[in-house]
Amino acid sequence: MKKVFVLSRNIVSPLGNTAKENMEALCAGKTAVTVHNDAARSPVPFCAALMDPAFFQQAPAAFTPFEALTVASMEDAIRQAEIDPSDPDTAWILSTTKGNIGQLEQQPVTRALKNEVALTVSAQKLSAHFGFVNRPVIVSHACISGTLAIITARRMLEAGKYKTVVVAGADLITRFILSGFQSFHAVSDVLCKPFDADRNGINLGEAAATVVLSTQPPAAANPIVISGGGVSNDANHISGPSRTGEELFMAIDRAMKEAGTDAAAIDFISAHGTATVYNDDMESRAINLAGLQSVPVNSLKGYYGHTLGAAGLLETVIGIESLSNQVIIPTMGFETPGTVEPIHVCSKLTKTPAHAFLKTASGFGGCNAAIVVQKTQD
Amino acid sequence: MQITSAVIVREGSVVKDASVVFRSTETGSAFLNAAYEALEVLYPRFYKMDLLSKTGTIAADVLLKQRTDLEQWRPEDTGMVLSNRNASIEADVQYLEASKAYPSPALFVYTLPNIVIGEISIRYKFKGENAFFISETFDADWMHWYVADLMQRNLLKVCICGWIDVVDERPEACLFLVEQAPSATGHHFTAENLRSIYNKDYGK
Repeated sequence: MKKVFVLSRNIVSPLGNTAKENMEALCAGKTAVTVHNDAARSPVPFCAALMDPAFFQQAPAAFTPFEALTVASMEDAIRQAEIDPSDPDTAWILSTTKGNIGQLEQQPVTRALKNEVALTVSAQKLSAHFGFVNRPVIVSHACISGTLAIITARRMLEAGKYKTVVVAGADLITRFILSGFQSFHAVSDVLCKPFDADRNGINLGEAAATVVLSTQPPAAANPIVISGGGVSNDANHISGPSRTGEELFMAIDRAMKEAGTDAAAIDFISAHGTATVYNDDMESRAINLAGLQSVPVNSLKGYYGHTLGAAGLLETVIGIESLSNQVIIPTMGFETPGTVEPIHVCSKLTKTPAHAFLKTASGFGGCNAAIVVQKTQD
Repeated sequence: MQITSAVIVREGSVVKDASVVFRSTETGSAFLNAAYEALEVLYPRFYKMDLLSKTGTIAADVLLKQRTDLEQWRPEDTGMVLSNRNASIEADVQYLEASKAYPSPALFVYTLPNIVIGEISIRYKFKGENAFFISETFDADWMHWYVADLMQRNLLKVCICGWIDVVDERPEACLFLVEQAPSATGHHFTAENLRSIYNKDYGK
């Protein structure tokens, strides 16, 4: 089987415009989550990680804010990977949960507007901007979109459909999304507390993230590979997670089997960790079913909030930075253990040899996804 | 790999394997409600759903109703891969309008295209691989490649795949039941067969 290498990576977030800047901010203990008073988005103050409005004012007028954020992330990753998007062996995947939803809030909804806000329109615009010749693949699968997009890219590459795939994801937090999560009483008024006994809901966040994946190995020593992936469905509830965690475990188990790794080979878990009572309990059950309860787990939601369709990509990029820098990021907001099953929450910056991590994600519609990312050994 | 059955819900009719099983001059929501009654779908959650999930529930019901071996399928071997152009646009607009007065969680939850996968998965206990893709038109080549890859990897033995879109209250679905096991009936699972079933005109 062909290996799928990571050629480059990027995050554009309130904490920085490159993967390196973002990793440095996390190592310095910075969070982008703060209280905002913005009547356009919410009648009450809310706690979230938002892009600086100046970012969008400087963006080309031809792009919607969602497109501008995605383009910024893709540009850096494509430049670093030194790839030619117009190569017929190169494809790209767009991942998002709500894409251009903000456009519907600005103007009367007409049939023409409904057509214009479609993700295919954005994807075609971005394809033309970068000069991709292959039709983009668009993944929109709630909060597993970013992780599922990586799995999809891996399968396309393994099958030899393409040599290189650019995987990009982004989401913005507009009134639509914020009011929806608020209606579920799922939003915390303060910094979220993943896996903590006192956790009481999520923070939302804005970001874009990109990885360039290829079957052609990069020049660097010990390149990083996406070695396995799995997807499952709870078949239980459309807006609440599984009571047992068995289905997330199924996705984890399939990802680990595909990667040919066992629990002992996993150095840390980059969890979904939204800081809702039900999600974090479900994840603790799945982690125990997988025999990973002693492996350090982090959630990055306390730094970035939940970045929806970007989350799986963003958190994978930080995981890759962890493998490169041999440091595991602590779980911002976590103080007191409080999940239904015990897990080892990483609560301080940990310098350690790390060769492999597991990334998990779950979302509305009962979906779960997991990938294994490894540093190749000499 | 075999397409063992196909169901089309489109412009006033529901078609199963080239036979029209329901016809109505109603449109939109009224058409779906009439189809639900006439086809005896018998799944009361239907009334809570948005149009995309209602369309999917009817199509999946017709696709699977006569199967007597559903319980022999292992949940982890069954999955869904769907696609459309407009994601959840009708539910989005409905939530957005309603949210000006009161943001309703019951409407918000349907503002994701993959919720229809969740609804069908709950009803039939499909727990395996699932994915929702967006494309300008039905991309039979992509759908064929993605589902065939899942079956070749032995991740799925049974898959409901296809196209399901609702825009301006007009439902349009073409769902295929694809099975890994050899079957004497149906069509070979090829992109060409997906395309020809999808494109066949059954009149109004």
